[in-house]
Amino acid sequence: MSDHKTMTLTLIVWRQKNANDPGKFETYTAKGITEHHSFLEMLDCVNEDLIHSGKDPIVFDHDCREGICGMCSQVINGAPHGGQDRTTVCQLHMRKFKDGDTIYIEPWRARAFPIIKDLIVDRSALDKIVQAGGYTSCHTGGVADGNAILIPKPVADEAMDAAECVGCGACVAGCPNGAAMLFTGAKVSQLALLPQGRAEAAARVKNMSNAMTECGFGNCTNHYECQAACPKGINVKFIARMNREFIKAQF
Amino acid sequence: MQLFTSSIGRKILMAITGLGMVMFVIVHLLGNSSIFAGPGGLNTYAEHLHSMPLPIIAGFRIAMLVFICVHIWFGIQLTIENRGGRPQQYAVKACQKASFASENMIWTGALLLLFIVYHLLQFTFRVTPEVAGFAGQMPGNVFGMVVTSFKNFFITFIYAGAMVTLFLHLTHGIQSFFQTMGWSNDCVQPGITKTGTLVALILFLGYVAIPLTIFAGILKG
Ligand code: HEM
Ligand code: SF4
Ligand code: FES
Repeated sequence: MSDHKTMTLTLIVWRQKNANDPGKFETYTAKGITEHHSFLEMLDCVNEDLIHSGKDPIVFDHDCREGICGMCSQVINGAPHGGQDRTTVCQLHMRKFKDGDTIYIEPWRARAFPIIKDLIVDRSALDKIVQAGGYTSCHTGGVADGNAILIPKPVADEAMDAAECVGCGACVAGCPNGAAMLFTGAKVSQLALLPQGRAEAAARVKNMSNAMTECGFGNCTNHYECQAACPKGINVKFIARMNREFIKAQF
Repeated sequence: MQLFTSSIGRKILMAITGLGMVMFVIVHLLGNSSIFAGPGGLNTYAEHLHSMPLPIIAGFRIAMLVFICVHIWFGIQLTIENRGGRPQQYAVKACQKASFASENMIWTGALLLLFIVYHLLQFTFRVTPEVAGFAGQMPGNVFGMVVTSFKNFFITFIYAGAMVTLFLHLTHGIQSFFQTMGWSNDCVQPGITKTGTLVALILFLGYVAIPLTIFAGILKG
């Protein structure tokens, strides 16, 4: 049975004690891995071995393990989330690898994402961008009637496509400039498309793009690596839409 | 004004100045192609350009200079900022979409700047040795000057190399313009990219045709 076949893999993992530690690669062997293990479960196995032998386990971010929270964040063989189309690390399975493979595991690398430990980076810069304008101001009170504001289906769909972003930061990790344009473009578009978001659209795009620069993200040069890295399939058309919103906001 | 300071604003300035230069490059090729009509063609065209009122000529030259300066200034500034965006590189490089052209815009741009300076010294200011005989009259025998120059292998080689560089810069640059201006979406983007590459290819073929046909002896003085 295929269940009994196991793989042995060589992992080359970035280890770094804290933001000030220079960090280095360490080599580990992952034994007894089946094709049904997820990538994170494979790391859990390695960590158990490390703990049993009295060593520090590899520290990595994760939460839902079902591809919806955006916490998991590893660059695997140079590709954020491992490079499988629309797949987060937690949803990447070991059947994508072969017995004897060597796998490089690195943290998101960007100036705006300082490393906390090993594979965990501080992504609060993305929160700062959202705080700068990723909201709509409205009066609280009774729940508004669902049909009070009519939104055409194609527009609602487009906004939902932008809203699929889970804020994982893979777009930044994949971008050679460490730019956060796909993330910010998705947030700006998601709100600019809907009538509730239009009122503050001009201030929003200005403030959010300023926050991007203040947080230390680079500028976009339209490489489109972000789209290739995004586990949610966010399209670079939302960057174009943000640029459009930005131009509109100047007048 | 956010246009001169912000991330997106400066990109928009690069895009507009870049497009301005693309427009120039297109018109310049259309004008230059009059060389295939023989000495009369190019010389009449040059005569016509030089006989335009001075304010138009001066205004055009100043505008081009401003465009180039703005484009280069922000190009260098943004590139320096971007190199700092990811201070530590990955051990494994696995770019999926970035191309040779998109990764080397600053270098193809720098080569184009060198070429523009050389090109102006040669055919506008006429201070390079092979065109010394044509420096006296403006515009004079432009056809003769061009044909004399491109009989030299090195000059032909420099021009051909510069046009490859322009091709690379524009394959990324033209579609980048539309994205930066926000005039793109998922439906039109593949078409824009193909058309941009086609325009860059036509410009490349059109421009190299001049030195190559002269060097090969097809176009004679
Ligand atoms: C003179 C020296 C030049 C330098 C240093 C230079 C440099 C650059 C740089 C760094 C970029 C940004 C790359 C990116 O965003 O990916 C760029 C974009 C561009 N360049 Fe140039 N370039 C030069 C000349 C030219 C010329 C002669 C043309 C046209 C004939 C041109 C057309 C463009 C276009 C259309 C863009 C795209 C604008 C955008 O980013 O949206 N450039 N250039
Ligand atoms: S745009 Fe995609 S890659 Fe970027 S943060 Fe959102 S989900 Fe992650
Ligand atoms: S752990 Fe939640 S998306 Fe991967």
